[in-house]
Amino acid sequence: MRAAVLAVLLMLSLAPGALAAQPKASFNDVEDEVMCDTCNVPLNVADSARADQERAVIRKLIAQGLTKQQIKDRLVATYGPNILATPQDSGFSLAVWWVPVAVVLALLALIAVLLPRWRRARAPAGAREEPGGAELSDSDARRLEQDLARYDV
Amino acid sequence: MRRSAVPIVVAVLGAALVALLVYGVVARHDDTTLDSAVKKGQLPTAPGYAVSLPTLDGSGRQSLASYKGKVVVLNFWASWCPPCEHEAPVLERAQKQLAASGGTVFGVTYKDDASSSRDFVRQHKLSYPSVRDDRLDLAPKYGTTALPETFVLDKRGRIVALSRGEVNERFLANAIDRAQKS
Repeated sequence: MRAAVLAVLLMLSLAPGALAAQPKASFNDVEDEVMCDTCNVPLNVADSARADQERAVIRKLIAQGLTKQQIKDRLVATYGPNILATPQDSGFSLAVWWVPVAVVLALLALIAVLLPRWRRARAPAGAREEPGGAELSDSDARRLEQDLARYDV
Repeated sequence: MRRSAVPIVVAVLGAALVALLVYGVVARHDDTTLDSAVKKGQLPTAPGYAVSLPTLDGSGRQSLASYKGKVVVLNFWASWCPPCEHEAPVLERAQKQLAASGGTVFGVTYKDDASSSRDFVRQHKLSYPSVRDDRLDLAPKYGTTALPETFVLDKRGRIVALSRGEVNERFLANAIDRAQKS
């Protein structure tokens, strides 16, 4: 009898801690890294019955005290890697990473090739210009002299 | 020689990007191979016949091959899909009819939470077996991208009819009749 009472007391003392696992992940933090797998958009912008179901699953896992990474791992284990909003680092999904890098490198290479040419093309054109400007013809020089003579400064 | 290399590199890069875009679009197209074959009356072999999936009740694994020699109504469904709810009683009646002749309705859940699927089965009192295709090992082989979808297989594992959408009594009765006769 005494043992049974002790057992009940022990269970009551442990129950609150056991029942209410401390959340270790925020719902919003997980939601934007998971895809709605029927609508093909991230869960945080999805509006469908399946999206609501996925949100309920995430809330349940958070309530169980799982971390963000554990929740993501659990979802991947059940539905596969496509459930994650971040691109995979294998297969065709790799294009998401290497295409922007390739484009930036190609643009840099293009600039590296074209910039010296452009500068070379501008330099001779500038060199042709005389510092004092174009030389005046005799008639223009005479007219200039006459015009200046009218301004008595 | 150096001058002509730049436009070539830019053109190759542009072509590569366009090719990537085209591949991305083409790779996502809907597979309607089965639809056209069934439409022509060719009775295509059911794909993924040996794909073994975990049963919804957790009792083991099952595949279409488990029902070899029987008429099978393969139905992709999910608990979040309203048309699946509408057709569930129709499929359950078909199951009762098929069970008498050794056939079965074979449910496959598609992108669904297992506990919600089990609630759905309890709620609609479904007696036919269902398996979970969480990793999409079977559904893509049938070109399934939306729910519900139903494929009626004859005793030799050939598709005699398919419905991409909710089924009704008339469709199922006709399809099962054809499957039993073929």
